[in-house]
Amino acid sequence: MDNDRVDQIIDKHNGEASSLIQVLLEIQSEHHWLPKSALERVGERLQVPRTRILHIATFYKAFSLVPKGRHEINVCMGTACHVRGAGRVLDVIEDVIGIKPGETDLELKFSLETVNCLGCCALGPVLEIDGTTHGKMAPGETADVLLNYE
Amino acid sequence: MAKINSPVELEEFRKAILNRRDPDKSCITLCSGSACNASGSAAVARCLEEEIEKQGLSESVEIRKTGCHGFCERGPIIVNNPGGVCYLQIQPEDVPEIISETAKEKRVIDRLLYTDPESGEKITHEGDIPFYKNQQRMVFGPNLSIDPKSIDDYLAIDGYAALSKALTGMSDIEVLEEVKKSNLRGRGGGGFPAGQKWEGSRNAAGEAKYVIVNADEGDPGAYMDRAILEGNPHSILEGLTLGAYAIGAHEGYVYVRQEYPLAVENLLLAIEKAEEYGFLGKNILGTGFDFKVIVHQGAGAFVCGESTALMTALEGRVGEPRPKYVRSNIKGLWNQPSVLNNVETWANVPLIINKGADWFTQFGTEGSKGTKIFSLVGKITNTGLVEVPMGTTLKDIIYKIGGGIPGGKKFKAVQTGGPSGGCIPENLLDLEVGFDELTKAGSMMGSGGMIVLDEDTCMVDVARYFIEFLTDESCGKCTPCREGLRQMLRILTNITEGRGQEGDLELLETLAETATEAALCALGKSAPNPFLSTLRYFRDEYVAHIEEKRCPALSCKELINFYIDPEKCRGCGSCLRKCPADAIIGGKKLIHIVDQDKCTKCGTCFDACPDKFAAVTKLSGVPVPAAVPEEERTIKKSK
Ligand SMILES: Cc1cc2nc3c(=O)[nH]c(=O)nc-3n(C[C@H](O)[C@H](O)[C@H](O)COP(=O)(O)O)c2cc1C
Ligand code: FES
Repeated sequence: MDNDRVDQIIDKHNGEASSLIQVLLEIQSEHHWLPKSALERVGERLQVPRTRILHIATFYKAFSLVPKGRHEINVCMGTACHVRGAGRVLDVIEDVIGIKPGETDLELKFSLETVNCLGCCALGPVLEIDGTTHGKMAPGETADVLLNYE
Repeated sequence: MAKINSPVELEEFRKAILNRRDPDKSCITLCSGSACNASGSAAVARCLEEEIEKQGLSESVEIRKTGCHGFCERGPIIVNNPGGVCYLQIQPEDVPEIISETAKEKRVIDRLLYTDPESGEKITHEGDIPFYKNQQRMVFGPNLSIDPKSIDDYLAIDGYAALSKALTGMSDIEVLEEVKKSNLRGRGGGGFPAGQKWEGSRNAAGEAKYVIVNADEGDPGAYMDRAILEGNPHSILEGLTLGAYAIGAHEGYVYVRQEYPLAVENLLLAIEKAEEYGFLGKNILGTGFDFKVIVHQGAGAFVCGESTALMTALEGRVGEPRPKYVRSNIKGLWNQPSVLNNVETWANVPLIINKGADWFTQFGTEGSKGTKIFSLVGKITNTGLVEVPMGTTLKDIIYKIGGGIPGGKKFKAVQTGGPSGGCIPENLLDLEVGFDELTKAGSMMGSGGMIVLDEDTCMVDVARYFIEFLTDESCGKCTPCREGLRQMLRILTNITEGRGQEGDLELLETLAETATEAALCALGKSAPNPFLSTLRYFRDEYVAHIEEKRCPALSCKELINFYIDPEKCRGCGSCLRKCPADAIIGGKKLIHIVDQDKCTKCGTCFDACPDKFAAVTKLSGVPVPAAVPEEERTIKKSK
């Protein structure tokens, strides 16, 4: 992400330091992670020390300081999904793609995260891949769903 | 659109909207909340549009995409008006018939109706379905009939009438007094009386005052706030503006969870429209009152739902709580008096102002007035959002509305109040829901999550689950929470994995007591609740795990084995084909065997085994019987 684009985002928020989180969110959602150069630019423009930016970037779940895979898998670990066996679905996914929640595989194909309640409890266990929801997942079918992604 | 400048203009405008609408015109409403989108509502919507066009009905049939109807188990839902015929679980293939038969010919399609599971009768109208019939939908009701993207739809159901009434007919004090008199208590957590909180802010000194909507909805099993945000955003804005008027604020914030993109979209649009119409911004309805609303997105941290953490986050900093020597309604956002209320709390305010506190207080119990929306999820037949008067019994909610436990399983407990709440066992099902009643039972109202657990749910695992959630979400600022919860999690994990020891329960209790006493914010203080309440009502399950290394619910992975009963196996191969770990040894006409070394205990074989054989079983606390010798594995015909 180049500085011009970062500047545009900052300008949209009137360059106010109180908008720091909103600015970072926008960079994250557009770029899928927060590159060092972008964080430096934000710090300069908003006059916020690097420590505070990193504090925020590591505190909140939405931010990533490393590149993400081409496909983002979110497995719902909300209570409703948990009692319907989400843990076993997650086990299968970990097995198939060989990474744990919070990680990205070496080929940058998948990133795996757990989330809490996607608001589709009726469909639990639920997982979301690149924004598409897959409901009523059974551990045995999970591997097949992943096969559809390149 | 020119701004509406007075209550008279508003009423004229409203009349014009209603006059333009022909009640006899065919209108198909389709629920389009996030959950229904996931089950295909967007595809159904596209089909509806195409089909109406194709059948040449563009002039005579309209589509209205509403928010969540709450009956998520059976979504997407279509209601055809006039007439109110309700169809459930609609798929794109059903659409042409709905248009040609129902919208055009007014004929009912039987197969798409709800079938009453008891009588087997078909039910035509949404309101007659038991799930809805036993509810009292005051806050949630409009979700069924309005398009959240249309401010005119909100105006058509008397929207902004409360604001107009308050700004021109009531003083700020009168608004405050009405809310106080209604005894409205916070719907987001502690149940603090809203009016009292407002009064504190009103009377506090400050250069500016703020009103804030808590739309962080952190309870991992509750989604009622999302449904209101997505389905009826104007009701929240109207409530917020009334609050601002009562305490003298001119700026408001909505702190929305980052995971709710549709909520943010609808809210931003609602704000834009309200400004355009003159319900927000400068000189609202020509009364001279100014109020603006800013939407702030969260970035994924449960603790940010806590009042002081939320305000810190709004200031653009890390959302950590601070000690509450001074309450945030006195010194909150930017150190100014700030009223923070939950989404559902704000959405109740227009009703109270419109219909009066006396009307509101006729619903509910002595200590808890009005209704509450619960998110009824887990092991329940009718998953969905349920709005009932306070004082309704748990039994009525779970059985009359929820339709009981699916699959012939036995009810075990209901978890309420989210991670700070607790579990309520079967013998307390006559409990009437209310803030104080639930607290007395060792749980709490929280934001209204209601997770039903059946006999297959392990209560130790439920406690472990919540402690794990909170360990992960603890901000780390205070020791009892940061370190104490981590130790509790370690011990509980040991217990569920068969490494429990004597003395574990006492140690857990000590850690729980320390967190309750000494943690900085309510996250840590209430974190032990799920453990304490499960221990109170299900101690025997803890003991079985620790002493016998047995999970009575046959759920804890490390304590169970899957085993195929050689007497029952008919060698059908269902489990063999589906096992993702290749852990089933079998073959034609052979008794199948689980290779315990390869088995990952995912349970696929258990689900795959046809009911008529039911050969796959779970064992806990006993050794797995030796495999059948090779020579006896051939299945003889008709055993
Ligand atoms: C850890 C923690 C998380 C919370 N999360 C939420 C939340 O997601 N939504 C909410 O409305 N209240 C939440 N609360 C409660 C708020 O602190 C606050 O009491 C509430 O928003 C006040 O509004 P009410 O009185 O209308 O309920 C949380 C409290 C704690 C301690
Ligand atoms: S708990 Fe998974 S969608 Fe609600």
